[in-house]
Amino acid sequence: MEREVQRVRQAFRSGRSRPLQFRLRQLAALRRMVEEHEKDLLVAIGADLCKSEFNVYSQEVITILGEIDFMLANLPEWITPKPAKRSLLTMLDEVCVQPEPLGVILIIGAWNYPFVLAMQPLVGAIAAGNAAVIKPSELSENTAKILAKLLPQYLDQDLYAVINGGAEETTELLKHRFDHILYTGNAAVGKIVMAAAAKHLTPVTLELGGKSPCYVDKDCDLDVVCRRITWGKLMNCGQTCIAPDYILCEASLQNQIMQKIKETVKEFYGENIKESPDYERIINLRHFKRIQSLIEGQKIAFGGETDEATRYIAPTILTDVDPKSKVMQEEIFGPILPIVPVKNADEAISFINEREKPLALYIFSHNNKLIKRMIDETSSGGVTVNDVIMHFTLNALPFGGVGSSGMGAYHGKYSFDTFSHHRSCLLKSLKREGANKLRYPPNSQSKVKLAKFLLLKQFNKGKLGLLLLTFLCAVAAVFFKVGYH
Amino acid sequence: MNKISEVVKEARAAFQSGRTRPLQFRIEQLEALRRMIKERGPDITGALAADLHKNEWTSYYEEMVHVLEEIEHVIKKLPEWAADEPVEKTPQTQQDESYIHSEPLGVVLIIGAWNYPFNLIIQPMVGAIAAGNAVVLKPSELSENMANLLATIIPQYMDKDLYPVINGGVPETTELLKERFDHILYTGSAAVGKIVMTAAAKHLTPVTLELGGKSPCYVDKDCDLDVACRRIAWGKFMNSGQTCVAPDYILCDPSIQSQIVEKLKKSLKEFYGEDAKKSRDYGRIINARHYQRVMGLIKGQKVAHGGTGEETSRYIAPTILVDVDPQSPVMREEIFGPVLPIVCVHSLEEAIQFINQLEKPLALYVFSSNDKVIKKMIAETSSGGVTANDVIVHITVHSLPFGGVGHSGMGAYHGKKSFETFSHCRSCLVRSLQNDEAHKARYPPSPAKMSRP
Repeated sequence: MEREVQRVRQAFRSGRSRPLQFRLRQLAALRRMVEEHEKDLLVAIGADLCKSEFNVYSQEVITILGEIDFMLANLPEWITPKPAKRSLLTMLDEVCVQPEPLGVILIIGAWNYPFVLAMQPLVGAIAAGNAAVIKPSELSENTAKILAKLLPQYLDQDLYAVINGGAEETTELLKHRFDHILYTGNAAVGKIVMAAAAKHLTPVTLELGGKSPCYVDKDCDLDVVCRRITWGKLMNCGQTCIAPDYILCEASLQNQIMQKIKETVKEFYGENIKESPDYERIINLRHFKRIQSLIEGQKIAFGGETDEATRYIAPTILTDVDPKSKVMQEEIFGPILPIVPVKNADEAISFINEREKPLALYIFSHNNKLIKRMIDETSSGGVTVNDVIMHFTLNALPFGGVGSSGMGAYHGKYSFDTFSHHRSCLLKSLKREGANKLRYPPNSQSKVKLAKFLLLKQFNKGKLGLLLLTFLCAVAAVFFKVGYH
Repeated sequence: MNKISEVVKEARAAFQSGRTRPLQFRIEQLEALRRMIKERGPDITGALAADLHKNEWTSYYEEMVHVLEEIEHVIKKLPEWAADEPVEKTPQTQQDESYIHSEPLGVVLIIGAWNYPFNLIIQPMVGAIAAGNAVVLKPSELSENMANLLATIIPQYMDKDLYPVINGGVPETTELLKERFDHILYTGSAAVGKIVMTAAAKHLTPVTLELGGKSPCYVDKDCDLDVACRRIAWGKFMNSGQTCVAPDYILCDPSIQSQIVEKLKKSLKEFYGEDAKKSRDYGRIINARHYQRVMGLIKGQKVAHGGTGEETSRYIAPTILVDVDPQSPVMREEIFGPVLPIVCVHSLEEAIQFINQLEKPLALYVFSSNDKVIKKMIAETSSGGVTANDVIVHITVHSLPFGGVGHSGMGAYHGKKSFETFSHCRSCLVRSLQNDEAHKARYPPSPAKMSRP
């Protein structure tokens, strides 16, 4: 492993990942890989989560293609130095911020969307001119294997390495020095990653999780509301970091909501959910048992069936859930939807604020004032109103958490920015030394007075003031030049 | 120790009261801060004089004026920065509202440094207040007078619960770091930076670390050496070299080494007279430990100027070393003192290679009349920031984020960047409940054959 990481670093040091053309070619190659091996990818990813090819394509592959295209279109503009506003004393200088690669990026993927969560960061890392080490999640074995096989066939083999393995290998990997680490997963491991990064002063982006609340207001079109919630909740069998984790609503709405979700489940998956190619399975036995235990002792309004052999858990709705119960203490990450009754929006807001800041917040309401208030009085990584999940799909919106749900963000330009160093540059000339005279010792009381007068722009009244000020600076310069001799 | 928990808890409760949210409140607090600086100017200058032998000019020009400018800039821009920022929509979300909503993080911890003990704690504080946070300040205990002054005057002007000052040494700081914050900004050394980040990891607290390093200063043969040397001398010997972005060492061709030395000497005489010890404008080393450390770096070196010191007053003469061996101690740690080594290199390429072998510095300086040289130096190295043909000043431009990279730090602040650092940028998509037809394609059951978009 040491040798591999060193090889990647040497490759970065060669400088070949920097030129725009190189980055564009690598991104184009990645795109070709996805297109040419689409079938293999769909099968591998599908195998890990019992997911239909259609769902793999629409949930993972399409996102990567879109991201690559977005990068290809915008990268030429992004890599240019950005001029910044000049100050009075730098009026005649070049002032800009220059993005540059960081070096070697470590990307630690997750198992729930094993392709997109490893590849989307990689696209950003490549676009920003870095080398990268990708560590796919070992829980999604098939995807891990196929990435290790395909990436070296299409991308520069030394710059972009796939390292597979479990907890032991990841721990080893984290002892090495990287220039940025992007980790997707849970808060507990997030802390371990950040502590390891601290030893090398490596900045991190942590995409974690939490319990994303879903508030449903009165007077909503519950048909549409419930269809949307069901879609987002049951996608990938609830194993989505931004799935609506639980519902908050007035007690009187519980029954209706439960009914409509039940109807929607039938629309989506048919009478025999187990037979639907669109309904996924839990990733492994450990998680299966974990989720099963969350249902124990709960009032099951609908669902609750499980089958250990196939790691199947039926779409399950719990009503009148006690906030102190187990299902409300951890991120569910499964097809269990608790409904917690609250008296009103105020109580919903308090409820949300008593807990850790979630990765996403969902609000269903017609009342614009309420929506605004709810956004203002809570915090979360992101928000979608009157739908779920969708804020993830705009690459103009940064995707990331806050508090325990994470730090940093990526997607689109935010990926480019996350994996770049933004270097502030001030380019002056060796001329016009007169303008600097004020700053050199020896200093005096009169100088202090003059500086206070000039530097605080007391003539801060538009262009005339600026001209007057410049004139005064020139006068001051002459004054001090004379004073010197 | 319990008191620290109490203070942090109160700051958090004060934040949760919601009173920092309205822009008007934040602006009022910033105006109070400005009043404090104007009314207590002499006290601030007095503390700086006692801690670092600064005078009214250096206090004003090197510390206070930047904070005052920042406050003015922030007050003016705050409504714009705090407003929701609309973003580009996708084809599926054309009918929706999508924007980024900036919100406070909560309780921010700012750990100050001793070299610019006023500026390095108050300038970040300005940004944290503007972004609507509560702010806990921990001034450096090494600059004692400033630490005590801040603990006295800040509660006299600003909201007492929201912006507490906690003083103390290593034990108190360690206790403080056990508490949970929503962001920590630390200015200081890499060693302590690691400790801060490790403590922050326990709470998943994001950090901004403003560290240091050896900021190289490359002087090309093709440049006006008079001007170059005057500018370098100014930036190097300001605050007796105790500046995180001071030009740490010079890289130049051996053929210009002696000229550089002569011109540096000339500027030093202009600035501080024959005997810098007698100059009101020349600083002192912060404490005995650093005095010993810096004096130790001179040992065994070829001293072209200076090289002496006086322990009682912690004065070290402006010192220039020539033909310095890259392996020597003075080239292995950030000097943070008035000692300027000159290391000879035979070409721009060699200088670039030299710089790249060391850790990424906080600042990089390149002096040349040749644009190509400047562009190449910048393109082939990395550093927090760059000033070409001058030193220090890139950090005085509001629109340029100030921060390091690699071992010189992570994150940045100043101006709008401060506001962003201390805010959470929350992505918002507001849709309507109508027109669910448009989404039919996303709902199961999926088509029997896969359709290509």
